[in-house]
Amino acid sequence: MAVAGAANRSEGVWAAAWRRFRGDRVGMVSMVIVAGFAVLMAAAGLGLVAADWQVEKGVPNAPPTFMGPAKQEASTAIPVPTGPNVDISAVDPLAPRYAEWAELAKKYQTTEAARAPTLPFGGDRLGRDVLSKAIKGAQISVFVGVLAALVATLIGTVLGALAGFFGGRLGDFLEWLYNVFTSIPGILLIFAFAAVAGRGVQSVVLILGLTGWTGIYRLVRAEFLKHSVREYVRAAEAVGASAASRIFRHILPNVSHVILVQLSILVVGFIKAEVILSYLGLGVSVDQVSWGTMLAEAQSELILGHWWQLAAATLFMAVFVTAFSLMTDALRDALDPKLRGAE
Amino acid sequence: MAAYLIRRLWQMIPTLFGVVLLVFFLFKAFGGDPAEILGGLSASPEQIQAIRTQLGLNEPWWVQLGIFLKQIVSFDWGRSWATNESVANLFATRLPATLTVMVPILLLDTLLAIPIALLVAYLRGSLTDRSIMVATTVALSISFLVYVIVGQYVFAFQLGWFPVQGWTDSLATNLLVYTPLPVLLAVMVGVAPQTRLYRTFFLDEIGQDYVRTARAKGLTEPRILLTHVMRNAMIPILTNVAVSLPGIFVGSFLIEVFFSIPGLGREVLLAVNRSDYPVIQAVTIYLAVITMVVNLATDVLYKLVDPRVVLK
Repeated sequence: MAVAGAANRSEGVWAAAWRRFRGDRVGMVSMVIVAGFAVLMAAAGLGLVAADWQVEKGVPNAPPTFMGPAKQEASTAIPVPTGPNVDISAVDPLAPRYAEWAELAKKYQTTEAARAPTLPFGGDRLGRDVLSKAIKGAQISVFVGVLAALVATLIGTVLGALAGFFGGRLGDFLEWLYNVFTSIPGILLIFAFAAVAGRGVQSVVLILGLTGWTGIYRLVRAEFLKHSVREYVRAAEAVGASAASRIFRHILPNVSHVILVQLSILVVGFIKAEVILSYLGLGVSVDQVSWGTMLAEAQSELILGHWWQLAAATLFMAVFVTAFSLMTDALRDALDPKLRGAE
Repeated sequence: MAAYLIRRLWQMIPTLFGVVLLVFFLFKAFGGDPAEILGGLSASPEQIQAIRTQLGLNEPWWVQLGIFLKQIVSFDWGRSWATNESVANLFATRLPATLTVMVPILLLDTLLAIPIALLVAYLRGSLTDRSIMVATTVALSISFLVYVIVGQYVFAFQLGWFPVQGWTDSLATNLLVYTPLPVLLAVMVGVAPQTRLYRTFFLDEIGQDYVRTARAKGLTEPRILLTHVMRNAMIPILTNVAVSLPGIFVGSFLIEVFFSIPGLGREVLLAVNRSDYPVIQAVTIYLAVITMVVNLATDVLYKLVDPRVVLK
């Protein structure tokens, strides 16, 4: 009897969603790509790959290997002077100290590292490997996007849950806060926050997180308004479940699919925002690399015909963002079958 | 209608006050000390003190909030800390350039996206539909930055079809010579997300019963789509256009930076980089006002587009 009961148990919402997700070929392929990026970024974070992105391995602006080394341009510089050196030590005030400095200089040894004429994906202005930079940049850009999205989701979910569940004075106050934040155009709000926050990864995460929570707040609040009067919540209240328990243990799991989808939409938006902020100089600090700083460098390189840094950053970003967007679409279809094919 | 307008305007006051509080405390609590920004690195402690007294920074915060509120209602923002230009003058001279670029972008974006979206929605599920959807997904995943960098390089630098950048005092020259490339690039990028969005609006309508009824009556497809579906889909489209409307005042700051267009967006960005607080604060608060007014105007427009809407 008990066995039959277990067999008849209908599958849970997550199991059903996973079954639908598995059936979505595009979604599965995208997830594999995203997982591949995740592994790559974890490796970069642990210093297994691209740890040497700051090493100047190649000649400046080294072209990609398949193009072959850059042509030596005939130098039309000023001709090297010929003839005997003129002895000016009589008038040179520094002359007595040359011997002393030569002594000092012997203490330091500079090894002239051999610089490769070409690199697999090309090199940047300083001869750093573009491929390593793109991998390291992926780590920073995606890390910022995901963390900022988590911050925004946390703020939006908590405030939305409180507003939807309690309503009343608290709800009015939170609605007012929402109106205040949404009445300022998004980009200006980001600029205003950027004006007072410094530069660096933490600042970008905070700026994007603190300005981007409004969309999630709206949706979570609507869900909580709907759920807080449903029978299962009233039943929980009747058996003595506290407000916190009803919010987090009863309602939250039932709206978590909405939150998950919004979270992944935010990740894509924030990765793009980080790229633009970094380009404008409001993003990550100068000793870090992100897709945005790569694009900022690429602009002046392109005019000289060095297109590879632009191509590498664009390619990495396009592949990741496309895969992540398609995965989000599949996730939404799997979690909310009513919306299938709507967009 | 009049009662509705008055009530809506009345409701704006607490929101606006919230915006003022947000801006005030954001800069007060987290921004650097204005006196030190103004004084520069070589200022003596006496000079810093003098600036503090002059700006009222030694007063308690509620007095400072009072000064701030007075500036807002009297439209007197004083001068930019960096250039000593009055903020009002800054608005007056930078806004025309921004609008010269942004109005054509908004118009073209909307006018192009509507027919494309309608077509794609009509062909739903076909190869054209799916390829357009895939193309927009990929196009959207590339940063706007890349389009501008490559576009400027190819069309202006390599092919020489347009000037790389520039601006004049003449509106006609600006429109005919300097804006076409930025507008073209922005529209190329802007049309993809708009098309996706409008497609969903049209799809929602095409699935409705009245469309089936219209087909059953034997109406032609163009008439169903252009008269019946279009009219009903106008409401969400209008909302979307209205949401993007306040954005045209800051413009696409990225485009302004790239093409050296002396607009408001570039000015705000400069202000952020120079910690020029009066400019940022003024732009933020006035744009919030504009946004609220535009939202109200949109709600009134709904009534004109759809007589069933009751304003309450």
